[in-house]
Amino acid sequence: MTVLNMVEAINLALKQEMKKNKEIIILGEDVGIDGGVFRVTEGLLKLYPGRVFDTPLAESAIVGTSIGLACAGFKPVAEIQFEGFMLCAFDQIVNHAARIRNRSRGRFTCPMVIRSPIGGGIKALEHHSDSPETYYIHTPGIKVVIPSTPYDAKGLMISAMRDPDPVIFFEPKRLYRAIKQEVPDKEYNIPLGKARMVQEGTDVTVISYGATVRECEQAAELLKGHVSIEIIDLRTLSPLDTETIIKSVKKTGRVVIAHEAQRTLGMAAEIATRIQEQALLYLKAPIERVTGYDIIVPLPKLEDYYFVDEKRIAEAIEKVMNF
Amino acid sequence: MIKKIQSFTIERIEILNEKGEVDKKLFPKLSDKQVLEIYRWMCITRIFDAKAVNLQRTGRLGTYASMLGQEATIIGSAYALRKQDWLFPSFRYSGGMLLRGIPMDKLYSYWGGDERGAKPPENVNVFPLCITVGEQPLHATGFAWGLKLKKQNAVVLTDFGDGATSTGDLNEALNFAGVFQAPVIFLCQNNQYAISLPVRKQTAAKTLAQKAIAAGIKGVQVDGNDIFAVYKATQDAIADALKGRPTFIEAYTYRISDHTTSDDAAKYRNEKEVKEWQKKDPLQRVKIYLEKKKLWNEKKETELQKECEAIVDKAVKSYEAIPRAPREDIFKYTIAGGVA
Repeated sequence: MTVLNMVEAINLALKQEMKKNKEIIILGEDVGIDGGVFRVTEGLLKLYPGRVFDTPLAESAIVGTSIGLACAGFKPVAEIQFEGFMLCAFDQIVNHAARIRNRSRGRFTCPMVIRSPIGGGIKALEHHSDSPETYYIHTPGIKVVIPSTPYDAKGLMISAMRDPDPVIFFEPKRLYRAIKQEVPDKEYNIPLGKARMVQEGTDVTVISYGATVRECEQAAELLKGHVSIEIIDLRTLSPLDTETIIKSVKKTGRVVIAHEAQRTLGMAAEIATRIQEQALLYLKAPIERVTGYDIIVPLPKLEDYYFVDEKRIAEAIEKVMNF
Repeated sequence: MIKKIQSFTIERIEILNEKGEVDKKLFPKLSDKQVLEIYRWMCITRIFDAKAVNLQRTGRLGTYASMLGQEATIIGSAYALRKQDWLFPSFRYSGGMLLRGIPMDKLYSYWGGDERGAKPPENVNVFPLCITVGEQPLHATGFAWGLKLKKQNAVVLTDFGDGATSTGDLNEALNFAGVFQAPVIFLCQNNQYAISLPVRKQTAAKTLAQKAIAAGIKGVQVDGNDIFAVYKATQDAIADALKGRPTFIEAYTYRISDHTTSDDAAKYRNEKEVKEWQKKDPLQRVKIYLEKKKLWNEKKETELQKECEAIVDKAVKSYEAIPRAPREDIFKYTIAGGVA
């Protein structure tokens, strides 16, 4: 066990899996000599020369050539420097990476990982603070993963690299160095599509993922001894672990869903729908959504107005409790 | 002080003219037997193509993109590839797909709207054709890069139209190919139109071959209706690709047909222009060449036509006999193991 932050945990996952699987190659902007702008790929070029590539500045080409590399038998782990730039590759992701298996009826597949930081909170420029996960969740043929702890980040990254299909791996950038945790030195995997029970409770189910899980825990802290709160960290957004959600809802009968992404057609909308389809009569109160607003994420000076904080989550919990 | 630090020229290769005469110095290494084989593939392509349009007109096929007039570009390039090479085709390269081993009934079934037709047989090095314009050259580049990393003696050829040269993806592909020295050949079928837009409105560049220059790779133009020029350019490009030097080949040709069966070209171009290009017919040239060499006559021509028609008719029968897939088929290939 070593105490690691999320950057170090993902770095360790890449290091270990690259050692084990010679087909893994890393490509992206500044991922080689510079080790990535967040240093997630630090040291990998030295360890694995010939398998880590600094590419020209072209996201569509990073993903497009990764598709070709994957079809040629490699396992590309492509880094997109910021989630806003990933839209330049959106076409290649949605029109091709997600479809090659189906288009070729399984003759060709795209086992690849696209890593990208996500979300706000680092006082950055425009396009550096967005939460675009819905675009990708809506797309069949790709999986979407977003860890909230260093431990999960390592285990999920290893699973992503072992998956037979394209996986988008979003890394909440404000958590990169915010949390340290004991992470096993040995390799381990956390299955994709399985949520994590953060804490068990009986009064209300709070569902979240990524950076917002922390605020949910803080909200639970605020209401400690007053409300018994169950917190679920989804970890994988597509495919969604509906089973864990429904089981919890049937127990508590009250639901709060929290995420940083905008509200309309956000993850919460889909979860709420599945709950009403499968557990309507267990509900004791309407489902509450605590989300980003349907606006462009503000620049750093005003971005705190946008974020979901522990107070908003606590208010929503009290609202469902007092319905 | 102003110094000239770069200049470039674009060469055009012409070997076989409209009178069936060849430039002996440039003539590629091809036996008579091979030329006859090439001619046969051109005929198969033309008859396959005419039949496809026909089937669409009678409701037996979906929207189809005709290759009429572009057979030299398609067959000349596909024929030059070696067994171990790969093809990442556009939607206007069906003849090349057939030549490279895609079964004809399967190709018809794809154009008939059946995804099962897009699955290439295991031993055939052909990707499913790409509908979005200018996007599969990135896959071709990545795949070629992969072949190079695996130290395989193989190259990738990808084709696209003149319209693709305006896309970001194509230009990104050229650039990546140059940087990573990927063994890839970019074949631009400049058929003068991207649906209705003529090349002169597609770009201010005088040639499309020069699109390669900014990426630091080689660009060459060939007479795209000249099977030997296309073959030679592709062969040269294969040799270069294996040394890590990608090539952009602009095959200067003409789309005699509409863009697809859903298009009516009469709306945007005049008949006179089409007639001028019909005089440059790529099959006719090879036929005259073969006749001059006493390798061909009307009897052989009639026999070949009959043989090709029989091949095509057989494939159509086989295609039309394929039963519709069951409902569960559509859920099988979204991800490994399918979707519940």
